[in-house]
Amino acid sequence: MNLVAWIYFPARLAWRQLIFDRTKLIAATCGVLFACVLVFMQQGFRDALYASAASAPVKLNGDLFLMHKQSEAMWRPVRFKRSELMRALGHPAVAEVYPLYLGLAPFKNIETRSKRTLMVYGFDPDSLIFGIEEIKNKRTALRLKDTVLFDEYSRPEFGPMRQLLEAGRNVTEVNDYKITVIGFFRLGVSFAADGNIVTSDLNFMRIFPDRTRNDIDLGVIKLYAGASIKQVQTELISQLNEFVNIFTYDELLQNEKNYWANMAPIGFIFGFGTVMGLVVGLVIVYQILFTDITNHRHEFATLKAMGYEHGYFIRVVFASAFFLAILGFIPGYLFSLGLYHLAESQIFMPMPMTFTKAVTVFLFILSMCMTAGFLAIHKLKAANPADMF
Amino acid sequence: MSHVIDVHDLNFSFGSGALTQPVLKNVTISIQKGEIVLMTGPSGSGKTTFLTIIGGLRQAYHGSVRVLEQELINSSEQVKVSIRQQIGYIFQQHNLLKSLTAQQNVSMALEMQNSMTEQQRLDHAAEMLRAVGLGARLNYKPDQLSAGQCQRVSIARALVGQPKIVLADEPTASLDKQSGHEAVTILERLAKESKTTILLVTHDYRILDMADRIVELEDGVIKEK
Ligand SMILES: Nc1ncnc2c1ncn2[C@@H]1O[C@H](COP(=O)(O)OP(=O)(O)OP(=O)(O)O)[C@@H](O)[C@H]1O
Ligand SMILES: [Mg+2]
Repeated sequence: MNLVAWIYFPARLAWRQLIFDRTKLIAATCGVLFACVLVFMQQGFRDALYASAASAPVKLNGDLFLMHKQSEAMWRPVRFKRSELMRALGHPAVAEVYPLYLGLAPFKNIETRSKRTLMVYGFDPDSLIFGIEEIKNKRTALRLKDTVLFDEYSRPEFGPMRQLLEAGRNVTEVNDYKITVIGFFRLGVSFAADGNIVTSDLNFMRIFPDRTRNDIDLGVIKLYAGASIKQVQTELISQLNEFVNIFTYDELLQNEKNYWANMAPIGFIFGFGTVMGLVVGLVIVYQILFTDITNHRHEFATLKAMGYEHGYFIRVVFASAFFLAILGFIPGYLFSLGLYHLAESQIFMPMPMTFTKAVTVFLFILSMCMTAGFLAIHKLKAANPADMF
Repeated sequence: MSHVIDVHDLNFSFGSGALTQPVLKNVTISIQKGEIVLMTGPSGSGKTTFLTIIGGLRQAYHGSVRVLEQELINSSEQVKVSIRQQIGYIFQQHNLLKSLTAQQNVSMALEMQNSMTEQQRLDHAAEMLRAVGLGARLNYKPDQLSAGQCQRVSIARALVGQPKIVLADEPTASLDKQSGHEAVTILERLAKESKTTILLVTHDYRILDMADRIVELEDGVIKEK
């Protein structure tokens, strides 16, 4: 028997039986759709979390990055001595090194006077370690005392900063210290911070009076053109103290993502949500397939009496499961696409519908349906041809 | 003379141990090619059980049951499946697939024949349906057909594969007098044309005249009439 007929005939029967009862088909599709949307949302939020967690390092402009070994993530760094970063200058391939100072501080909404925490980045404005045009352009202005740039992608709770600035209301407090907002840049919020501002290293020390320029949170290293990043990394590891990590750009991103995926309970929560969505879907699809077999057991037994083999009906069940996966996935995908757009516009989380994500979720849904089919086939034993006469 | 069905000393019982209930006792019967045999007998005498054993639907363990040269006592699943494929069944209920049209239902009986194209299957099915007088109902589904029409579709389904044997268990029981007679007449005509052996269980005395031979099963024992 050829392979096409082997799967085509049972699949065709499965399809004909599915479309025969439209109401039940719609109910079944809704079950899969539900699971699909649930999984898409969980995956979407999780990826948004990782993406936003890495939004700051993504814009960093450097070849190697120095971080304290105990720093779990950029938003909660353990400080180390600036001299440690300076020692990297001893390597012949290192062109420049720049410290980055990080701190969470309350920012006063100019309109409502309520305070909300955001992330403050402090660095030498001439260092250009942020690859963001608006910051580069404002680097002279940032040199002035008590000036900051405000992240336009910060959550709206910080106030309508652009309108306020146009109206000339640009003075507020960060960490109870009076500063002037002189412009905007675009970075994006993360789960750690609802907003961001950047300022010069000197202003940073003024905002955080208990911080000193000698205790840094992150070191950015730039190499001479043509130097091998990997090789310099290995050499620096042997030269510098053990308590620092030396990351390449990709490793830094990965480190941030790993923190949220593994260290923070939040990664687990989304994983759990995905599993729950799949379990609910599994139960629904199993129930549908099970009743379907029960309803069709006389028909199956008749076919068995006509000489159809048991395997044929197993293929019918799996084909039904496959069709349900497809039929539920397509509307589930479109619905989730809408929800992603809604989430992006309402909560300012990056929720792109990537091809990989669509494929991943489809594979999840497909294996869910196939598992349900696998669990349901034992019911086929009820189709006994001896009971047909 | 070749016997398409050859049964010797068939014993069969349901249950085991103290609950053993003998249903068929030393049944011996031979049926020749092209013969039309009607089986009657009181309710519970074991007629259905006998048919399911002949048709490879139920496993028997004692005696000898040779159908189309194959031994069915203690047979493997493969032997039973191959016997099933060579036999046409007509059930008391039509047992058609609800979601398929008459034509699709009939061509299901040909799906296992790999040498045919799908078009040939549908053509054969249509031809067979015309032979049972349903040429105008090819695309009707079972719930759009009357009980008599459904039973005629199931006759077409049983015969389309040109089986050597047709087994029928009270095919007229769910039909009214006229459509029951119609269905059986069609079955008889088509079987005679193709020299198909028929073993048909019935309580319906109006159709006894079609038989070449009538046997009676009483309390698991077979008697020629
Ligand atoms: N699956 C089964 N398990 C146990 N006993 C059974 C089973 N099927 C039938 N029997 C018993 O076997 C005996 C013969 O049953 P069978 O169905 O063969 O009778 P029948 O001659 O076809 O009767 P009817 O004319 O009413 O259809 C009956 O006493 C019945 O109770
Ligand atoms: Mg019976």
